Amino acid sequence: MHPAIAVRKLTKTYTEGATSSPALRGIDLDVEAGELVMLMGPSGSGKTTLLSIMGCILSPTSGSVRIAGREVSHLSQKELPAVRLANIGFVFQGFNLFPTLTAAENVELMLDLKGIRGEVAKRRAEELLEQVGLSQKLESFPADLSGGQKQRVAVARALAGDPRIILADEPTAALDSHTGRHVIETMQQLAHARGRAVVVVTHDSRVAEFADRIVRIEDGLIARAHSPEPPAGMYCQEPKASPAPAA
Amino acid sequence: MPPLARRNLFRDKVRLAVTLTGIVFAVVLIVVELGLFVGFTRTTSSLIDHSGADLWVTSRHVPYVELGVPFSERKLYQVRAVPGVEDAEKIIVRWTDWKRPDGRQESVQIVGLNPDADVIRPWNLVAGSVEDLKRPDAVIMDEIYREKLGVTKLGELFEIRGHRARVVGFTHGIRSFTTSPYVFTTFKNAQDYASIADDQTIFILVKVAPGADVAQVRQAILDHVKDVEVFKSAEFSRMTQFYWMFTTGAGVAVLLAAALGLIVGFVVVAQTIYATTMDHLREYGTLKAMGAANRYVYWVIVRQAAMSAVMGYVLGMIVSVFVVHASQEGGAAILLPWPMAIGMFFLTLVMCVGAALVSISKITSLDPAMVFRS
Repeated sequence: MHPAIAVRKLTKTYTEGATSSPALRGIDLDVEAGELVMLMGPSGSGKTTLLSIMGCILSPTSGSVRIAGREVSHLSQKELPAVRLANIGFVFQGFNLFPTLTAAENVELMLDLKGIRGEVAKRRAEELLEQVGLSQKLESFPADLSGGQKQRVAVARALAGDPRIILADEPTAALDSHTGRHVIETMQQLAHARGRAVVVVTHDSRVAEFADRIVRIEDGLIARAHSPEPPAGMYCQEPKASPAPAA
Repeated sequence: MPPLARRNLFRDKVRLAVTLTGIVFAVVLIVVELGLFVGFTRTTSSLIDHSGADLWVTSRHVPYVELGVPFSERKLYQVRAVPGVEDAEKIIVRWTDWKRPDGRQESVQIVGLNPDADVIRPWNLVAGSVEDLKRPDAVIMDEIYREKLGVTKLGELFEIRGHRARVVGFTHGIRSFTTSPYVFTTFKNAQDYASIADDQTIFILVKVAPGADVAQVRQAILDHVKDVEVFKSAEFSRMTQFYWMFTTGAGVAVLLAAALGLIVGFVVVAQTIYATTMDHLREYGTLKAMGAANRYVYWVIVRQAAMSAVMGYVLGMIVSVFVVHASQEGGAAILLPWPMAIGMFFLTLVMCVGAALVSISKITSLDPAMVFRS
């Protein structure tokens, strides 16, 4: 069984004029289905770049990226949207909802991209919003929703395409701690209960406990990969072993 | 598809108003200018187009109907003798001077004809009849030019180049492109009014016998009658239209104004749709990040442009209909034939969708990674 995401010897260098700056300098990482992985590290360490490459939004400078066993690193910008649409759902820091569409219509837009329309799309959107606890907010516009509610709409939208991979970039950054925990719990549920591979980029150490694995990125390299440490004062469990990268 | 295009379009009502104003301006300007072009074109050749003649016989080298040169009226009998000619009538079309009651001279175009012949007669009569032309010194003119010529009622007497003229009838809608009104009278009167010799005519109009081939009769006339040219009515009509609309530059000026309207509309729509696109760039970046192909995002923008086009077209045509209607009583009628109205819809659509291409190029180059930047 292939990992949901498999990255090998991944590098990414940004070039502007005569200046080059390496963002990733050789990353090897697997993310399995049913696993919640958090990418943590200082600003500029390459977390978002790694997430973007995993999400087939950026192409690597060199190295391999496999999504559900399919090599995608060589695909052109014209071919990558289809891979994203088929496999990946995104949750963004700024929610990135469409302000002129209702909560239900935001979810239906994702379904429309997948070719699901009409009453089928309406029902599916209602189900998804019900799953994230927003059945009373179907006709609300984003301006009328709280930060937590917006992020839950974003999660519902990400799930609308039935992706095997969920990528979230700082999903709790704009939320209070209570709401942020709730969102991360939802992410954990998506991984454990629904078998998705979930990768979360975050600075928020308060939610680290929900991860199955924490990968620390520093200066474009994986500095450390480990299970989350239990909260202080609690009974210590044996840390979960990190899966060895496949050859 | 969720109504993203429509909602984005209506969200900023001020910008939508600006877009629609630009489109309405363009539609009205183009309709007015093209309507003037069509109206002018039809006006230039109205005399020819309203004649029942199949052929026009002229002296050599006559480029359009106002520039006829006198030739011997004996050729009328030669023409009548040509096989295939059912009827032939001589007519005069000539500029002359009309003296107003206040002494001012106005230029008019005398049309001298045979009131008993069908081949050419004044049309759209609203007062008097063609039979009244048989009365002494009788003339018929169009009521649009009453003020210009100082005519207040039927029966009034005027002077045309030292000869008496009595107004016995009015037509409606017979405009002259040259601003010199047509004044219909008998052939004999026209010879006096236009100082044409008794044995001369300007044109001979020919009605071809039923079943006869017009081209063959034309050739037969050329073979039998010396020193003349013979034109089919449609051909002479086109020559006259071409001269006035293009050789003088009048038509080009009108078409250029129409093109200007199109450019202004294009620029306004391009600018507002581009501004709207820039406002929603993050949304389009999100769509691309979600996996939308470029053409999906293009379609959102094209739909916005198309909706703007439809709304702007409807508003523009409402205004245009008023303008067209108001022009009917003036010296220059603006025409709006239905094919032009339909064509205008598609032109508006092309203008707006074309203007959206500027925004589409922005979408093509949009980097979906921008959604990760706050």
